[in-house]
Formats: sequence, C-alpha cells, structure tokens
Amino acid sequence: MAEFSLPRNSRIQPGKHFPASEGAKRTRTFRIYRWDPDTSDNPRMDTYEVDLATCGPMVLDALLKIKNEIDATLTLRRSCREGICGSCAMNIDGTNTLACITAIDDCKAGDVSIHPLPHMPVVKDLVPDLTHFYAQHASIKPWLQTKSPAPPDRERLQSREDRARLDGLYECILCACCSTACPSYWWNADRYLGPAILLQAYRWIVDSRDEATGERLDELEDPFKLYRCHTIMNCTRTCPKGLNPAKAIANIKKLLVERRG
Amino acid sequence: MAGTAYKIQEHKYDIVVVGAGGAGLRATMGLAATGLSTACVTKVFPTRSHTVAAQGGISAALGNMGHDDWRFHFYDTVKGGDWLGDQDAIEYMCKHAPAAVIELEHFGVPFSRTEEGRIYQRPFGGMTTDYGKGVAQRTCAAADRTGHAILHTLYQQALKHHAQFYIEYFALDLIFDQDGACRGVLALDLNEGTLHLFRAHGVVIATGGYGRAYFSCTSAHTCTGDGGGLVLRAGLPLQDMEFVQFHPTGIYGAGCLITEGVRGEGGFLTNSKGERFMERYAPNAKDLASRDVVSRAMTIEIREGRGVGEHHDHIFLNLQHLGADTLHEKLPGISESARIFAGVDVTKQPIPVLPTVHYNMGGIPTNYHGEVVRKVGDDPDRIVEGLYSIGEAACVSVHGGNRLGSNSLLDLVVFGRAVAQRCAETIKPDTPHKPLPASACDEALTRLDGLRNAKGSLPTAQIRLDMQRTMQADAAVFRTEKTLQEGCAKMDKVFASFADVRVADRSLVWNSDLIETYELNNLLYNAVATIHSAEQRHESRGAHAREDYPERDDVNWMKHTLVSVDANGKCSFDYRPVHTNTLTSDVETVPPKKRVY
Repeated sequence: MAEFSLPRNSRIQPGKHFPASEGAKRTRTFRIYRWDPDTSDNPRMDTYEVDLATCGPMVLDALLKIKNEIDATLTLRRSCREGICGSCAMNIDGTNTLACITAIDDCKAGDVSIHPLPHMPVVKDLVPDLTHFYAQHASIKPWLQTKSPAPPDRERLQSREDRARLDGLYECILCACCSTACPSYWWNADRYLGPAILLQAYRWIVDSRDEATGERLDELEDPFKLYRCHTIMNCTRTCPKGLNPAKAIANIKKLLVERRG
Repeated sequence: MAGTAYKIQEHKYDIVVVGAGGAGLRATMGLAATGLSTACVTKVFPTRSHTVAAQGGISAALGNMGHDDWRFHFYDTVKGGDWLGDQDAIEYMCKHAPAAVIELEHFGVPFSRTEEGRIYQRPFGGMTTDYGKGVAQRTCAAADRTGHAILHTLYQQALKHHAQFYIEYFALDLIFDQDGACRGVLALDLNEGTLHLFRAHGVVIATGGYGRAYFSCTSAHTCTGDGGGLVLRAGLPLQDMEFVQFHPTGIYGAGCLITEGVRGEGGFLTNSKGERFMERYAPNAKDLASRDVVSRAMTIEIREGRGVGEHHDHIFLNLQHLGADTLHEKLPGISESARIFAGVDVTKQPIPVLPTVHYNMGGIPTNYHGEVVRKVGDDPDRIVEGLYSIGEAACVSVHGGNRLGSNSLLDLVVFGRAVAQRCAETIKPDTPHKPLPASACDEALTRLDGLRNAKGSLPTAQIRLDMQRTMQADAAVFRTEKTLQEGCAKMDKVFASFADVRVADRSLVWNSDLIETYELNNLLYNAVATIHSAEQRHESRGAHAREDYPERDDVNWMKHTLVSVDANGKCSFDYRPVHTNTLTSDVETVPPKKRVY
C-alpha cells in the first residue's frame, strides 16, 4: 500500500510551553499551531495554560488573553467579535468555526487544540492565505445583473415570498469555514469553486431581480466548478452561521437538470 | 537617517481611499466608475469592516409605510444632534437619502419587503413625522443585518467596477508636499512586510471610529481611529471629539450590539420594579427617544438602585411579547447574539443590556463634499488641499452632538458618493504627479523604525488597557469637572507612557503586535483629544452631559470644538461656528429650542 508522509519542512514539532501564572484558579490548556515565515523552522504546537477565572467565555477571549498577557507574537485575524465579520475563522478541536462565537466550555474535554483553516497556504500562525478563495468569489460575478433598466425613481419590486428565497443565503459572511472543510475542495481547489462560492452563486440565481440566470448556470455547468461536489455535507455541518451550502449546491444541480428538460 | 534601511515601493494613482467600510467602498466604486485611477488601501478584507455589524437599518424618507417627507427627516436630525449639526450638510444628506437608498436597492441589497414589494421601513429613535408630531417609519431594513447586506453589496459593486484593492495594508502616515497639500499615504503590506508609498492627488480617509479607546464598546477590535491619528499627527485638528454616543442596548458583559430596531418593532426597557421607566423620561417618544436620552435614563435608573441582576447594574430589554414569527423574520440576528452572548432565549426572556460606547460623532472636520477643512485666520472653512474624509472618521457635521439611529449608514453612502463626485469634478484623470520633497517620508520611517524596535517596559496591551479603563471611568455617560480633570491627568500619563512601549514581535510578515502598537498610538491621540475636549465644554448638549453644567448654552457653546494634539499629547483648542444656514431654500433653518421627546 502506498504510504504518504508530509514533506520534512511541514512536519509539526512540539513547541514552547507557557505554564499558568501563579495563583491561577481554573486553568485550561490551549495547544496552538505556530509558524513563522521569517525563520526556516518547522511549524510547532505551542501550549498555553490559561486561567479561565480571569478570561472571557469564548475561544477568541482566550486567544486574545494569550496575546495580551502571555505571548504578543501569537498571530491571528479578528475584528467584530460577534460572529458577523468572519475574520477569526479557524479550526478548533477539529472543527472549522469562528473563535468569537465558540464557547470554551463547549470545547471537548482536555486540551483545546487550534489550527489555521485546513488546506490553505499559511501566512503565519493562524492566518491563512485566502487570496484564491476571494478570486473564486469574484469569478462568479457576484453582483446583481440586469438587462431591463431599473425604475428611475423607485426600487425594483420584489414580493415577500421572492425575498424569502434569499434567506439562508445572503447571510453568508465569506469566512471560508465550509470550503476549507470540504475534502473535494482540498483536492481540487484550483478548479472546484467550493461550497461558499457556490452558495453565493445560488444567492444570485434565485434573486428574482437578477436577469442573468441562464449565463450564471452556463458558467457553472462544468465538471470541476460545480460537479466536484460529492454531497459530503461537511460544509453544512461546519457553517458557523447555520447556513446550508450543500442544499444550495443541490438546488443548482437540480436547476441544471431541469433546464435540460 | 533611519529611512535608508527601508525600501519603498511606489504606486501612482489619481486618488487613494484609506478604508473599505461602507463609506470607503461607496467612494471607491464611485471613483472607479468615473475613470479616475483609484486605489483602496484597507487593513482588513472589505467585508470584515465594521459596517458589517450595523443592524437596524438606513434612514430615508421613502414613505413606503406611511406619510413622510425628507424635511421631517431634516428636522429630526437637527434636533437629534441638539443643534450642533451643520444644517447645510444635514439638508444635503436628508434630501439625497431616498435616491441613495434606491440606488442601493438597484445595486442588489436584499432589503426586507412590504406586502407591495417595496422596501420595508421600521420606526427608529427620534424619527418623527410632521416635525415631532407622529412616529415615522423611515428606517429601511434588511431584517436586522442591514449593514452586512449593504457592505457586501458595495463590495460586489466595487468588484463589478474593477476597483483596485490593497488588502491588509496598514496606513502608517499621510504624506504631504511642501505646500501642505496631502499627496499620498505610506502603508505597510502585512502579508509581505514591505513598505508602499501610494502617491495621489488626493487621499480619502474612511477609517471609521475609535470605539476601542473605551473598555466596553460595541465596536470591533479594528475600530482604532486610525484616520484621527493620521490627521492629528499631521498637525491638523479634529472636531467635536467630546461627543461619544453610548448605545442604550449593548449586551451586559459582552458589549455586543442589540439594535434599536428591537424597540422600533415594539420592544421596551424595564427596571428592577418591572417598570417601563422611559415613560417618565420621554412621555411622547418613550423607548424611541434618541439614544443619548435613553442612555442617560438607564444610567439614572441604575444609579438610583433600580438596576436589575445580582448587582443591580443593568437593565432588561423585553421583546418576548413580539412573538416568535416577528422575531424570526425581523430580528433573527440579535436573537442569535442574545443566545450566544447572554444565554437568553428571546422568545421567553428579556436581554440584559447596558449603555455601551457605540459611535463617535466627532472626527475629521469636512464640508458636505467631504473636503477636509481647517480654520485659517478669519476663514473657518479653509479647504486642506488633497485631503478628504467620509463616514464615522469624519465630522461633516450631520450628527451634531448626538447621532440618530440609522443615520450613520446613510451618512456613509451619501458622502461616499459626494466625495467621488467632488474628486471627479476637481481632478483630471492621469494628471502628472508633482515631485515630492526628498524628505517626505522621513518622519514616518523614523516612527516605524522606533516602534519596530521598541524595547520599553510596557507591552502594548497594558497601555491599551490603562487607556480603556481611564476613558470608561472618566469620559462616561455623565461627566463632571472633577472626574474629567482626573481623567485628563490620567490620560496624559497614559499617553506619555507610550514612550516606554515594548513590541515583542520582531518579524516582518503579519506583525500584528506592531500593527496593534500603531493602532494604540492612534487610539491614544483620539482619547486625549476626547477627554480634554469634554473637559473644556462647559455645557450639556447631545451625548455630552455635564452634571455641573446641566443646561445647553447656545450663547457660548453653539460652536464646534477644534482640538489639536501635539507629539507630547498636549491639546490646544479653537472653534468653528455651526452652519445654521441651509443649503437651499427648499427647507428652512430650524432655530434652537428646548429638546424634549
């Protein structure tokens, strides 16, 4: 049987250990992936003991407590801290999610292990390179396309029912949790659009105001862009906003079948 | 010279926009559409900007859900700002509001809809019909995720217009020519750790607010007043910095925002006696009085022992009676936030809330074209060539002493559009760039070198916490001479302690320790400007409530504060008159009167 092993420079080494401060009351250990591109060192797992008695409830609170009080070199993206900006997407305890809305108490018993989003190039520590993901987003022309002119002095009309079809789609925050949880995306990210971008594509396909449905479907009818989805469902399972990309993809596939008649 | 060690890559554009929130994106797409070569430099990917967290909606007198007129909106905004707003700019904003919102719909914003298929509008604090007589339904909403819907749509439009973004580039300092005109910005590319000089005929600052100067705020970690820091360090003043809005309903503890739309949809506040206390403070508007009024009422209730919870230190926001259907359709986002951050099921329990720092009315003084102004001699409106500012970073001033809810999203798109138009009128595409003095970047590089190698005794996070605690305690909802003077002395010390800062991360790529230190420096400039401005304004107006000067004093204080901060943190003051004139004869000046709701 074929054996695979990581290239030498990718193997994760044990890292530094930062014990809890004197007098810590309720400690929890966080194992965090570290990699500094400025050095030639391999990635490592540093461990930090954090006193939860003086820490906020979320994993992001623990990460920022580490950065503020223990190790200022720890690097991560964060902004809104309320689950709407999508910056702090990372892999916590094996699941892609947002650190700001993941309660430490909800993590599995034992050490909390934290990695960057899987299968993306790492810029540093918990910061993945999302350039390709964003380029894929731009590639689907994610804006309203119309041929008929808009009414000059009022909005386009849309019934409440038509508007309701956007629910569960427009809320996507482009955090990339779903795409980077998808084995098919891991394998074919160069050509497969992945669940996040396909959900975005479907958001425009079902918008009653959009008039480029045919062109949008034409663009997606491709063995790789769309059909690399094998209904694995990791996307839906992991979405921190409770959206259902797998269903959006299934709906696109259905529309393509119906179109063939 | 420190500069020789650093290589700088040079870029030339007609215009550079700093910031990619609602205002920055609206300006960027507008500029890109006019054919001016435009770069948008932003420290976060555009859809991570804090506009994304705006919930309740964007105001415009569309009249989709009842009788309305932009002149009522104009009146409400003047009154809401406690007569500190410039009435010409307010007229411009309110008159252009309907077109601005319709334009957003045409761009594809997924607004909620009425039965007729038109944009859904909800009531909001301080928004009335017929000059205060009725309740207006003026705030256009996409459920309670309006900011998210608008920000993503504007980003999509920027993609459509092939706008040029420089993402995760942090603006270090503005670059001026020998005549004092702004001609570019020096930025650090986080991903590569390289320096970039963006040369341009103009720089638009759209960097948002500085909520993170306080310990508890609804603002994102990235709301660090970078534009204010850039401008103050360049020796230009900021305006009306004492006016800091406390949102009545931040989640107790976490500080996350719960939209005013909850009260717009019928939610109300109660104290420990179960009393709807707002009826006592604002007999007509009740829970929909403007934010400064509601925040003060809540603070008084808590201070007089009628707070809820174990420590009697917060208030309940009740929405259980709205029913699961309304909550699901109109307020799904805050239902989720309340569950995650307060452990509350909003169909059964009230949300524990507290007034929380939310918005900065003050900022970089501009006219209604977005051009930055300063006072020179007798001219209070002298334009600073090449410098523009929009959005929360700016002070146009449309919000005066207190912003009305849903007027900020409007501010972003109206003035984002206005600045793009102004640049298109005044700058010819591909005008050659005049040479900059050889020393133009020296100061910025010296500062960079100093901070990169800062070996002091105080970590960035420690100084930041000292600042946040001071501002929280001494520049709060209610202010007195004593607390403000103590606060000023403490803030001066914290500002001075920055000389002893320690940066631990010495790397080049994604050095977030260094960036946080730059952000802290920006916050410190904003914070000293805020607390000293508060100390010198001897009256109560809008969000600035002085217990020792409880009344508004139009004779002495109906004027804008201009504050400059030198390199040592020392503040100096000047004043600009409020524009009480309107822009056209379409609407009449609202003369000051007592502000009751």
